[in-house]
Amino acid sequence: MTDPLVWLIVLPLVWASVAFLLGPSRGARLAVAGLGFQLLLALDLTRMLMTGGPRRYAVGGWGAPLGIDLFADGLSAIMLLLVQSIALLLAIYARSYFKPGAASRHFWPMMGFLVAGMNALFLAADLFNVYVTLELVGLAAVGLVAAGGEAAQLAAALRYLFATLVGSGAYLLAVALVYGTYGTVAIETLAPLIDARPPLAVWLAGALMLAGLLVKSALFPFHFWLPPAHGGAPAPVSALLSALVVKATFYLILRLWLGPFAPLAAAAVWLPSVLGCVAILWGSIMAIRTRRLKLLVAYSTVAQLGYLFLIFPLLAPDGIALQAGVLQAVAHGLAKSAMFAAAGVLIIASGRDAVEGVAGAAQHLPLTLFAFALAGVTLMGLPPSGGFLAKWLLIDAALLQGQWWLAAVVIAGGLLAAVYVFRVLRQAFLIVPENAVIAPVPRVLEWATFVLAAASVLLGLGGMEIVRLLGVGAPT
Amino acid sequence: MRRLGRVGMALVAGLFALTLIVALFELPEPVVRLADEVAANMPASGVEHPVTAVLLNFRGYDTLLEIAVLLLALLATLAVVPEAGLPMTEADGEPVLQTVAQIAAPLIVLAAFYLLWAGAHRPGGAFQAGAVLAAGAVLLRLAGVVPGWVRPGSRLRAGLAGGFLVFLAVAAGLLVGGRLLEYPEDAAGVLILLIEASLTFSLGLILAGLFLFHSGDRT
Amino acid sequence: MTSGMVFAATGAVLFAMGVAGVVLLDHLMRRILAFNLMGSGAFLVLVGTAQRDGSVDPVPQAMVLTGIVVAVAATALAITLARRLYTLSGRTELSGTDDD
Repeated sequence: MTDPLVWLIVLPLVWASVAFLLGPSRGARLAVAGLGFQLLLALDLTRMLMTGGPRRYAVGGWGAPLGIDLFADGLSAIMLLLVQSIALLLAIYARSYFKPGAASRHFWPMMGFLVAGMNALFLAADLFNVYVTLELVGLAAVGLVAAGGEAAQLAAALRYLFATLVGSGAYLLAVALVYGTYGTVAIETLAPLIDARPPLAVWLAGALMLAGLLVKSALFPFHFWLPPAHGGAPAPVSALLSALVVKATFYLILRLWLGPFAPLAAAAVWLPSVLGCVAILWGSIMAIRTRRLKLLVAYSTVAQLGYLFLIFPLLAPDGIALQAGVLQAVAHGLAKSAMFAAAGVLIIASGRDAVEGVAGAAQHLPLTLFAFALAGVTLMGLPPSGGFLAKWLLIDAALLQGQWWLAAVVIAGGLLAAVYVFRVLRQAFLIVPENAVIAPVPRVLEWATFVLAAASVLLGLGGMEIVRLLGVGAPT
Repeated sequence: MRRLGRVGMALVAGLFALTLIVALFELPEPVVRLADEVAANMPASGVEHPVTAVLLNFRGYDTLLEIAVLLLALLATLAVVPEAGLPMTEADGEPVLQTVAQIAAPLIVLAAFYLLWAGAHRPGGAFQAGAVLAAGAVLLRLAGVVPGWVRPGSRLRAGLAGGFLVFLAVAAGLLVGGRLLEYPEDAAGVLILLIEASLTFSLGLILAGLFLFHSGDRT
Repeated sequence: MTSGMVFAATGAVLFAMGVAGVVLLDHLMRRILAFNLMGSGAFLVLVGTAQRDGSVDPVPQAMVLTGIVVAVAATALAITLARRLYTLSGRTELSGTDDD
């Protein structure tokens, strides 16, 4: 049987195109089947990596630097598993969520291209190929946000589009500079060529790539596009974006930081963490203050993304900070998708997107409320959740290197998260009058939400498996 | 205050441009010379023009993804535009424009075919040909000769996605014998021609659709 | 000062102008044009630096072809969104929160 690597990219492209052929709003079952098969492929790839080590695949048989290579190690496998599992559950959710209408027109093909782009990104080993996958993911995300929307949603999509295009443009210029300096864009070929004193053009390239990818990761102060886009889109779209799309660019920063640009990394090592601290504090405060439910969850994403960038000054051969960052990415992905899914259910039930609208959820939607609470447990970093494990490792790494203030920020972030999570939970326990209108919600939605939330908590118990997988071909 | 921010940003941009130009002049000799590797592998590539060989053979995977990007842009357009299209002015009954457009249309198709065929030996190929076809369709629309497109029916959808599906089918089909997009040496030329021809047709439709789907019927 | 370097230097200036335009301008169509300027600048840098010693290199040329198609797709999407926004609300600018 041929390599699962390749099929993880080709299969979603195939079912997305076929879903388009079938017609508008069609293709849900095809998507679920395709994603299910892709999850099996990702598990197979993981098994191959655990036994055989990192894999390299030369597309077209040519091999880098003439051709394009695909590369999979433990980090790629973790991200691929994350994407396939969350996308599968969200596909099941979205199937029951969308009523036929403008918002669901062409949702399935666009989602397919989004997943294909992300899989291709996690397997890419060529800088220009990464650019094409970035554009595929970015345009798919913008299309999903804009679909069938009113003026506010379109404005949010446009703001997102401009931000993502500036980010990709900076990245493309960086690729141009790298090619001009070294004559190749293959990561494997470049790594030994970039030494500790590269030409000015390579410094500029590193800075441009970092800046471009930070804009696309919505790190403060480049976060301005995220709350309106994630807060205004339909719930399954917001879940996909917050859980997965922003992690893709974080993965790239990590890959480049630990890989070819490692000799240059020391110069910029404090910038992401300082911005990350501001993001945690600012995002949490905005989440506490906002009245709209989805906007609260979106600001929470801004805050939680800050944790990911705290790891950069702590990266060391013992690998603790890297494990913390990856666990945080996975835990947040599961928890945030659950939270957006729960918000979607609560908004359907109450008919409006407001924190006040959550009132009565404890009576009528206990499963969804429980899921929201579980997701909140991960965001707050309470044991035994995956979020707790990630933050514990992060504090451990910070204290080992004497960075007390980083540990303090992590703890403060957890406390602030508790404030905005309890804001919602407290509202949910209010008793509503008997004549309040609570719209019926399909049970599938609640169960899909619950599975995602439970996974984020159970992750804490299985966290060491992920750490072991990360060790396969570990970049540090 | 905002004014100051704008001036500041403009200064930063100018400074960046200067730094970049300085950096460009300080570039050393490149270590890897891909031009030589391309030239060395040309006989195995199945085409005679090096750029086409890079586009469809050596780095064909990039081309596959870029077609996906274009198809995706069309999907997003279809998802945003209302089913009745957006309001648009018609060149109502301007006979000179319409006649010129109708005369130009077959010539445009001919030019597209030539560009496609020429791509094997000189600059040209599927993208250029598809763009010319789309330009012809836009011209006909602006002249009022053809109506705008509304929701695509199953045949139009097949045309839009067909080129990409052919490319995917060839790429995946080659997986059976070897790797993704690994053309067998004797069949490379034929397969590339097949891919380019179907891409030309689909790209013409996609690029035309990016314009024509905006301007549905006025009913 | 070969022709490749002239292209590359011009590309650098165009890129800077394009980014400044997307960030600072208000009207949506102008911002979209600025984005295209930025993209063209990056392409010129890519092709110009790779061919700065006068040689001909097909790889960056193929990369630029791919980049142009991607830029066309992005521009088309941006224009569609802008047109629809205009039809729905009459706005030709993104207002409100700090536009970057």
